[in-house]
Amino acid sequence: MLRNTSQGYGLVAITIHWLVAVVVVGLFAVGLWMIDLSYYSSWYQTAPMWHKSVGLTLFLVMMFRLVWRLMSVQPASPSQHHALEKLGAKLGHGAIYVLLFVIMVSGYLISTADGRPILMFSMIEIPALVTDIPQQEDIAGLVHEYAAWALIIIASGHGLAALKHHFVDKDNTLKRMLKPVK
Amino acid sequence: MKKIFAAALISTASFATALPAMAADYAIDTRGAHASINFKVNHLGYSWLLGRFDTFSGEFSYDKSNPSAAKVAVEIDTKSVNSNHAERDKHIRGNDFLAVDKYPKASFVSDKFESTDGETGKLYGKLTLRGVTKDIVIDVTKVGEGQDPWGGYRAGFEGSTSFLMKDFGIDKDLGPQAASVHMDLHIEGIKQ
Repeated sequence: MLRNTSQGYGLVAITIHWLVAVVVVGLFAVGLWMIDLSYYSSWYQTAPMWHKSVGLTLFLVMMFRLVWRLMSVQPASPSQHHALEKLGAKLGHGAIYVLLFVIMVSGYLISTADGRPILMFSMIEIPALVTDIPQQEDIAGLVHEYAAWALIIIASGHGLAALKHHFVDKDNTLKRMLKPVK
Repeated sequence: MKKIFAAALISTASFATALPAMAADYAIDTRGAHASINFKVNHLGYSWLLGRFDTFSGEFSYDKSNPSAAKVAVEIDTKSVNSNHAERDKHIRGNDFLAVDKYPKASFVSDKFESTDGETGKLYGKLTLRGVTKDIVIDVTKVGEGQDPWGGYRAGFEGSTSFLMKDFGIDKDLGPQAASVHMDLHIEGIKQ
């Protein structure tokens, strides 16, 4: 039930998948919104604090997800999938993982570029580890922005592909990410 | 006769225009960092936010026997803005403020220097910032001049000016008290 089988995903993988999906879309929306806040908005200080704190939490979740994935059986691709679909899915999933880490690391590098720690949830100090990249905050900022757009575009493709399997091909691709197979 | 008179006039005129070139020429000592371009902006009406431009270059002419001939030209690398806070500096370099990708340089070129005593005066000139050129006036005080211990000759000045950010196309609203930028300028030149 908790663990993956060769037939489908376990509850842990399913829960983390949807949790990460909701959080990533939320972080993207908040990120777009907060950079245009007026200086006198009451959110001017708090929105970036929540964005960073939730992003750092996501990093911990993703580390756990990666370890869990490496320790788990990966369900086989549904047999009715075309070879190109299987390849596309593998590449897409890989890109989503890589982009998630690129975004989280680059975001961290913006906020810690001058050596100041990030105050996670206004409580825990996350120290600056890398501060000597030339123009660090500007370069990390561009990487953060472009990688976030790339992730949202690829994740949308991922979602559309799942809907295509569900409604057009009428296979169990989406269903097996909704509940564990018994 | 007319021709001779005209020739005499031209030679007198050229002699006159040659005079200011005799004023001492100084390079601003940025190599030794004996010069600073600092700014401050009021924060919410409660305090001052200070920052600086780390990279700039320039030269000036100054002769204490003829101060009104003084000239200054300075070019600033806008990317080098430094307010001791990476996220804020990133914001200042962005389109809300300096738009440094589009406008990597800011400059000041003086038009005239008005001084009654040669020690203090008003330096009139053109500031180009964010692609906008406007006349500004810098209040200048001479700090001193003379031989340095290493065989050179130096002269130094301090100056201050202020201008509205929106006059240079910076429309970001930081509140009414923060509409102006106050510049504090310190330059030391080494005679060339």
